[in-house]
Amino acid sequence: MLRDITIGQFFPGDSPVHRMDSRLKLILNLAFLVIIFIADNYLALGISAAFVLSLYIISGISLKFIFRSLKPIMPLIIITSVLNLFLLTGEGEPIFKLGFITIYWQAIDTTAFMILRLFVLIAGMSLLTYTTSPIVLTDAIERLLSPLKYIRFPVHELAMMMTIAMRFIPTLIEETDKIVLAQKARGANFEEGNLITRIKAFIPIIVPLFVSAFKRANELALAMECRCYHGGDGRTKLRQPKLAIVDLFAFLVFLLFTIIIILTNIYF
Amino acid sequence: MDIIKVENVDFSYVSQNDNGKQISNKVLKNINIDIPEGQFLAVLGHNGCGKSTMAKLFNGLLIPQSGKVFVDGIDTADENRIFDVRQTVGMVFQNPDNQIVATIVEEDVAFALENLGVLPNEIRKRVDESLKTVGMYEYRDHAPHKLSGGQKQRVAIAGVLAMRPKCLVLDEPTAMLDPKGRKEIIKTIKMLNKDFGTTVILITHYMEEAAQADRVVVMEQGEVVLDNIPERIFSQVEFMKKIGLDVPQTIELFYELNKNGFSLNLEILDIEEQAEQLADAIKGGNYGISN
Repeated sequence: MLRDITIGQFFPGDSPVHRMDSRLKLILNLAFLVIIFIADNYLALGISAAFVLSLYIISGISLKFIFRSLKPIMPLIIITSVLNLFLLTGEGEPIFKLGFITIYWQAIDTTAFMILRLFVLIAGMSLLTYTTSPIVLTDAIERLLSPLKYIRFPVHELAMMMTIAMRFIPTLIEETDKIVLAQKARGANFEEGNLITRIKAFIPIIVPLFVSAFKRANELALAMECRCYHGGDGRTKLRQPKLAIVDLFAFLVFLLFTIIIILTNIYF
Repeated sequence: MDIIKVENVDFSYVSQNDNGKQISNKVLKNINIDIPEGQFLAVLGHNGCGKSTMAKLFNGLLIPQSGKVFVDGIDTADENRIFDVRQTVGMVFQNPDNQIVATIVEEDVAFALENLGVLPNEIRKRVDESLKTVGMYEYRDHAPHKLSGGQKQRVAIAGVLAMRPKCLVLDEPTAMLDPKGRKEIIKTIKMLNKDFGTTVILITHYMEEAAQADRVVVMEQGEVVLDNIPERIFSQVEFMKKIGLDVPQTIELFYELNKNGFSLNLEILDIEEQAEQLADAIKGGNYGISN
């Protein structure tokens, strides 16, 4: 039952978006975040939405995943929208008034704009994890953060931890499956009782899982030592990322997009 | 030349009891072993006899409290040369899941070389070479958790082979595998020994695996009690049983037959030859059932 969980939401592919250098993708993603917050009119947001949409089409990711990416932030959007709607005041007459609730036209305008902005933002940022495998992403983070090594920030250790965590997630899920079955065979009941009994029922799963995880960690450390692991000093990498034509092209497209957004900001 | 030389080694695990007093538990007593280059050595012994501890001495994971271990002439206690030692003696453990570090097969095989600071082109070359050697090249971009036990263990072996070790220590590499996986691993190990001249030290519970070695060392309570060619080891059926070990099933059969009057040679391990011998004995009318 647990085995079908996929880690991250990576969809392998061979589109230009997939082939882009992961470091560039990460940086452009952050730049995109800034630009979306710079865009201050509906036209600019509309252009951004069209830009994101066309990227989805180019990368061959089904458009329904746009909605899937929005799902987790829905509660946040709803709560802030409601607060915005009722608390913001504007000039002129309120268009709606009932007891202490007053709604101004400007509040509706601001809220709608905020919702749209968040939608475009999340859809665009999700494209990064949709088109980049976790391992490549970790690698990109390690490389981009590597200057921090000079201020003693443990960049390599962090990346190594992320890699090992990703490597062991499926193994530990499998293990959890086995423990659940073993405890069920001994008469454990996970389906009945109130919340507290159900939570308590998970203790016999968590404890063996932790014991085994520590044992695995110990063995892994030995195996790593046998293969001459000694931290990040003097380490090389099998994969050497190289900037290619596709990256230059992506950069230029993104630059064009940025200029258009800034121009729309100025003229509209 | 001897690739591994163990001289008068004692080893104890030291721990503290509840009162904070140090207790030391001696697991290896006065071990002396020389392992020549190119040998296929099997180590037998039941749980807790110290065989895994001994394996960890071979590549400097543990340093003996007294005595010396030399790997290709280097003292394993020499901290400056520990990476030379570990490159010379590669080690593979029981559970393949717990020795694979990366999420992609080829990344994992590259791990040791990345640690050693080998240049990317050379890493690529050696990774491909190692994966081809163990027959896992087609799986190079797979995720390890989707492979079978035998395949995972072969990836683990490739990860060690990438360092081009002269000697391979395998600590019960087949214990967690199904019969098919076990066969794959033994085939790979024998191929490495025969075709590449790699020294192999195989710690195992399976007598059939040990029977294929050039030499067998039997350990009991931290001491080497037998050290000989497998034919001479397994013919000592009574001694092996006394220390809680088995012999290959064919030898067991011959032993039981001999008890009942047959006079079969216990110092033959080849199944074909054994069958011929048994056939001859039966043809000769010497059933030997005395009662």
